[in-house]
Amino acid sequence: MNAPAGSRRLRVDPVACDGRGLCAELLHELIELDEWGFPIISDQPVPPDLELLAQRAVSACPVLALSLVSVPADTRPGPARGGGGAPVAAPDPRLPRQAVRLRP
Amino acid sequence: MTATALTSLVAASTSAGSPLWYFNRATGVVCLVLLTVVVVLGILVRRSRPVGTAPRFVVAAVHRNASLLTLVFLGIHIATAVLDPYVTLNITDAVMPFTAGYRPLWVGLGAVSLDLMLAIIATSLLRERIGVRAWRLVHWTTYACWPLALAHGLGTGSDVGAWWMIAITAACVFAVGLSVAWRINAARTVPEPIAISGRSSAIRQDLLR
Amino acid sequence: MTADLVRPSTPSTRRLLAGRGGTSLAEHVRSHGPLPTHSAAVLLTAVEQAGLTGRGGAAFPTYRKLTAVAAGSRPVVLANGSEGEPASGKDRSLLTVAPHLVLDGIQLAARAVGAHRAYLYVARDEVVQRAVAEALGQRTKEHGGVKVEVVTAPDRFIAGQETAAVSKVNGGLAIPRFAQPPVYEKGVRGRPTLVQNVETLAQLALIARHGPAWFRSVGTDLEPGTMLVTVSGAVARPQVLEVALGTEIADVIELAGGASTAVGAVLVGGYHGAWLPPTALRRSLANADLRADGASVGAGVIAVLPDNRCGVIETARVAAYLAGESARQCGPCLNGLPAIAGALAELAGPRPRRGARADVERWAGLMPRRGACAHPDGTVRFVNSALRVFAAELTAHERGHCTGSSTRAVLPTPQTADRGWK
Repeated sequence: MNAPAGSRRLRVDPVACDGRGLCAELLHELIELDEWGFPIISDQPVPPDLELLAQRAVSACPVLALSLVSVPADTRPGPARGGGGAPVAAPDPRLPRQAVRLRP
Repeated sequence: MTATALTSLVAASTSAGSPLWYFNRATGVVCLVLLTVVVVLGILVRRSRPVGTAPRFVVAAVHRNASLLTLVFLGIHIATAVLDPYVTLNITDAVMPFTAGYRPLWVGLGAVSLDLMLAIIATSLLRERIGVRAWRLVHWTTYACWPLALAHGLGTGSDVGAWWMIAITAACVFAVGLSVAWRINAARTVPEPIAISGRSSAIRQDLLR
Repeated sequence: MTADLVRPSTPSTRRLLAGRGGTSLAEHVRSHGPLPTHSAAVLLTAVEQAGLTGRGGAAFPTYRKLTAVAAGSRPVVLANGSEGEPASGKDRSLLTVAPHLVLDGIQLAARAVGAHRAYLYVARDEVVQRAVAEALGQRTKEHGGVKVEVVTAPDRFIAGQETAAVSKVNGGLAIPRFAQPPVYEKGVRGRPTLVQNVETLAQLALIARHGPAWFRSVGTDLEPGTMLVTVSGAVARPQVLEVALGTEIADVIELAGGASTAVGAVLVGGYHGAWLPPTALRRSLANADLRADGASVGAGVIAVLPDNRCGVIETARVAAYLAGESARQCGPCLNGLPAIAGALAELAGPRPRRGARADVERWAGLMPRRGACAHPDGTVRFVNSALRVFAAELTAHERGHCTGSSTRAVLPTPQTADRGWK
């Protein structure tokens, strides 16, 4: 992946992700945790000054769910996401974090 | 180590109280303690607040660095054992279990532990290449590696009876036992939510320097 | 606001459902003609000019999918007839009434992309399986040389998702996978896989016979052709109908015998679709028109809710069903959908807790694009439409009473005993 700096995005494998939270600690500018501990990833390209941290976050993920990809805007054919979905809202930090079962 | 220093050490060790043997015992104890730290941190990183206010990535990094440090002390531990003329040990006895001329069983357990350790560390360094499943499989052998190292120490250790050695061993066993108990319990109950330390930004910058 | 012209067309247009129907190959050839022998290039051009889009719910341009798969080596065709949507019966109908059209479509699609293997993914439905087996049994080499293997889907909502279908055909569970690389590059046995709804393939089989101009002679400019719809709920004659795209929803309901009582609301698309108020019944069955209401044609479900039912209660029930149908692989869906369902259940009761609605909206905002599939996205779209359309009902519940006089379920929420995905 030798794309020029500033043209890579963070992507998380939602199946592998287990809400461990190391990525959000390392890269809170681009990754926030929702109230269940799962990452909300910014889909903006990683700015050059955060590139090193982003690579660090990718290596730090205990389940290797995070990756850096040089995918441009999604033009590939694929299932259309529900068009009426609301934009991702930032979680309210004042809310009590709810402990929930992560696995059945 | 220069040739002259080496010769003088060997010469010294033929007399009573060989320095190589003391180095060996000392590094052995240090390895046990370090290995305990590695295992405990590796387990506790899953807690919502692993160690005080330290962020998880810090705990994970210390876990990693401690394991590499263990290798260093292990290297000295093995080298001193091989070089010490009092016991007949080859370098191969460190990796080939149960072939040693001196206490083959107990040294052999140490060799098995070392083999596992090398596999664990190698797969961890290559984790992004081999994938999580293979890495996790090898990493699980930690739960065999640590007790083997402990058994090796108890079986070969010259200081086993000393009060301080008993205290250190007891502390290590307690720490690992407590961590494992926590992990088993956590797997059964609702996991704690993640608390992100406010100190993570400051620490983060330090680590990147 | 639509810029395209809605062509006047007969509301009921029997193309897929033409002829006597059934599993007889001879009857099929009599009704529709023999299997066309056009080359791959000709087929692809015809599909492109026809403007055929997927009939499985996502309405993705079929030509683009075909070319993406054709670019790979040793591709495979996967015909998806599993129909996990409880309120939809069109795939089941198509496979029993016109299985040979679907099988023709499979052969033609295989030719178009250069595939030599095909899979037909169908529900655990005895009638469908028998029809498919009978139809397959009659076909010889001259009806397409590509071997078609039938794979049975479990009775779960998510089993029909593209990557779930591929996973099941590969011998695994019918649950979605994180599609990197996407299935059109690496799917069944690691090969480029064309996943198409059985209705899309049947439409392809007709386009190959009659040409793109014929296909475009009904429907709208942007969304040509016919589609199968399942009309259910408070209508005189619930059934699967074939209508031209662009037909007004009110007309579609008339074709099913008309509403049996006053209409409370209409669910359009499916459980990942959206509710429409009775004032929107003049909308046409076309994405260009429905988009303004946050809806889409989806899988062609048109479920009529009578006005003596409470839309909030109905929505809460379906939301609980959808939460239970999560594959539970991804944190946001696994946590968010049950949370949303729980809050909706509160809203469905008298004097709900003050923060319940805000909770639904907040959690709904955390769902889109965070899972391996669109299950959370679709559920949220359905729930959001309910919050919009049933505002009066929500207000009534806040005051302690309900506008509905019956709580008997209208929308089906099947609970399978086997909770696995094998």
